[in-house]
Amino acid sequence: MTLPPRRTSALLLGCALLAGTLAGCGSGSGRQSGDALTVGLVAEPATLDFSGTDGAAIPQALLGNVYEGLVRVDQQGRIQPQLAEKYERSADGLTYTFHLRKNVKFTNGAPFTADDAVFSIDQVKTRWKLKVAQQMAVVDKAVKVNADTVAVTLKHPSNNWLYAMTSRIGAMYSRTGVGDLKNHPVGTGPFTVGSWQRGDKLILRRNADYWGVKPQLNQVSLKYFKDAGALNNAMLAGDVNVVGAVQAPETLSRFADKSRFQVIDGSSTAEVVLSMNNSRKPFIDKRVRQAVRYGIDHEALLKTARFGRGTLIGSQEAPTDPWYAGDSNRVPYDPAKAKQLVKDAGAEGTVLKMRIPNLPYAVSAAQIVKDQLAQVGLKADIEPLEFPARWLSEVFNKADYDLSIIAHSEPRDQWIFADPSYYFRYDKPAYADLLKQADAGPPQEESDRYRAALRMLSQDAAADWLYLMPNLMVADAKLQGLPVNQVGEGLEFAGVRWSGK
Amino acid sequence: MYLIVRKTLTLLVGAFAASFVVFCCLAVLPGNAAEVALGTNATPDAVARLSEEFGTDRPLLTQYADWALGLLHGDFGTSYVTHEPIGPRVADRFGVTLWLVAGGMLVALLIALPAGVLSAAWHRKPRGTLLSALSQAGIAVPAFLAGLLLVYVFAVRAGALPAGGYVPLAEDPGEWARHLVLPCLSLGLVQGAALSRYVRSAVLSVQRQDYMRTARAKGARRWAALCRHGLPNAAVPVLTVLGLQLSALLVGAIVVERVFVIPGLGDLLLRAVADRDLLLIQGVVTVLVVAVLVVNLLTDVLYRVVDPRLRSR
Repeated sequence: MTLPPRRTSALLLGCALLAGTLAGCGSGSGRQSGDALTVGLVAEPATLDFSGTDGAAIPQALLGNVYEGLVRVDQQGRIQPQLAEKYERSADGLTYTFHLRKNVKFTNGAPFTADDAVFSIDQVKTRWKLKVAQQMAVVDKAVKVNADTVAVTLKHPSNNWLYAMTSRIGAMYSRTGVGDLKNHPVGTGPFTVGSWQRGDKLILRRNADYWGVKPQLNQVSLKYFKDAGALNNAMLAGDVNVVGAVQAPETLSRFADKSRFQVIDGSSTAEVVLSMNNSRKPFIDKRVRQAVRYGIDHEALLKTARFGRGTLIGSQEAPTDPWYAGDSNRVPYDPAKAKQLVKDAGAEGTVLKMRIPNLPYAVSAAQIVKDQLAQVGLKADIEPLEFPARWLSEVFNKADYDLSIIAHSEPRDQWIFADPSYYFRYDKPAYADLLKQADAGPPQEESDRYRAALRMLSQDAAADWLYLMPNLMVADAKLQGLPVNQVGEGLEFAGVRWSGK
Repeated sequence: MYLIVRKTLTLLVGAFAASFVVFCCLAVLPGNAAEVALGTNATPDAVARLSEEFGTDRPLLTQYADWALGLLHGDFGTSYVTHEPIGPRVADRFGVTLWLVAGGMLVALLIALPAGVLSAAWHRKPRGTLLSALSQAGIAVPAFLAGLLLVYVFAVRAGALPAGGYVPLAEDPGEWARHLVLPCLSLGLVQGAALSRYVRSAVLSVQRQDYMRTARAKGARRWAALCRHGLPNAAVPVLTVLGLQLSALLVGAIVVERVFVIPGLGDLLLRAVADRDLLLIQGVVTVLVVAVLVVNLLTDVLYRVVDPRLRSR
């Protein structure tokens, strides 16, 4: 039995209609050029208020774009003036005098004055509850000298404080603009928050009254993807112009077409640390910790697990730190020596609890670490834990682990090894003292002291440093001016432009 | 009427029972909202302080009772992490997921009805076998894989449709439709393949019935007999499967939302679990449970519309 001709034609018509709908959808696609930019990122902010909510995503979107500080950090990691035209440090190191830029306005129309600067510094001490706010505890008082001069007195000299002022705690708020920080941040930056669709995108618009060089872009959309694969597809399809953070370097081959894409491979401040629990067996013995460092072929690991993208480091340091010591803290691959050290410590065959977060970079590195440790007589049992909740609870807060792998992304975070209650459980007063001296001493001696401290950390094998994460981005080939290195907390768009415009 | 009241009561009891079970499961999950919120900035002190602020330091039963009492007043509570009221947020996201599920169902029906009926009518012919084999193959493809393939073909290669994202209907209806085509297709193709199997077997079984033979004997042509007498009778078992499939579509939507970056309920749920945002998880799960129960209720009511024999009972 066959279909009557009438029905066959109806069916064909139906198919044709469906195809027509699909084809009709081809017009008006989301590809952009001109003055707008769409950036794909992976972690979405929970709120827009970094004074009340933690997480790197908020300063990443807002610092340097919406908010500005008195000082900022440049691409080489140096401190530069921003809302302060210049600043002076008193001879005793206790007082910093900031001379503020004139004719700066907040996006709510209010002028930026010394009163706002004093207000911003004070509120970090009084209103902020987050741990980052403790960096402001060293401030004794902030005083208005005149309408555009502020004097900040510290309780003791501190080089770290000035650096901290380049981070979110140094953001300048308007006294009349803090009513709804979670949704409507008010700052002096080149952009202002246009709209925010939770779960989807945050739109920044050009600030027409910006005091500095006005950005060429009039709109930047930050689009948040939960899935790195979906983000890559959006880039290939032209829905986004920049992949803000490439999660898996092996996917870079999809962007090989140089006429369409450029790959930006800069430096970051995220040290991927193979953490060892210094407070329990077997890592309470320095020889076993050293054996781990000698027993891992870091070059092979970087090649296999990260397709060679990243920088090999030997201590808690990044190339953009002023005290970066190059390769001098790195340890050569020497399995024979590692084997001997394990034997001397009587730790052969020890079973190690390797509890790692279920993040791709940690999982891929863990397998290689496990294989290489097995060759020097240590047996690691890998247990991936859900990140963040479970890993934070078990490893970070309870320190119930022997080995773990995690990227410590904060800039200049060498202090984490000075706190014996931190999950490394590394207790070395001499190291903590060196850090204190570096902070309180004259600025010209700061780098030498940090260099000595980081050398101590490396020789003591407080942990092993697998590699430094690259700042890996994919961008449209016609884009210029994207920040290459990730140095501070913000991802700044003021200097980004489309070429040929 | 009595039936609807009884079913609604079952629904309410079911919803609360489910929410309690979910709450208990969450309670034994390691990690808590305060630890996640503080991240690597946590100190035992800070965690304790934040737990107190969130109210997560209270006994679990108290927390559940508070939440359940609020729900009776229509209040879903406030998120621990974002401090937003949960009700409007869940409602907003549910709207997105509903469009996705409705579109997926439409695609599934558009595929399953013709494919199922035709493959039953042609079941002795090679083209019937071919249709049947195609639907078998369709069932074997998971929705997320279908989604990835569709993205590759239509977005990455052809550039005809966006690879992901969502535009609200009120903002731009054209873009809204463009963004929903691929997700709805990837949800619907697989479900449609499965559904066509049920349609096929239902149609096959009614074709062997006496009343079909009688209709043909009275001179009705084969297709006329099938449309007038066969299909209404085949509808009852298909309706049962349809109800179950709607629930499956809700679950499938969670995966598809991730592939296509759609801010729906599934995306909200995954995020809430990662943040250990207990009340938000509760809110989402309760809405999902109620949605499934409502679908079941509607299926029951529809039986009576389709099958007059059930109305007298």
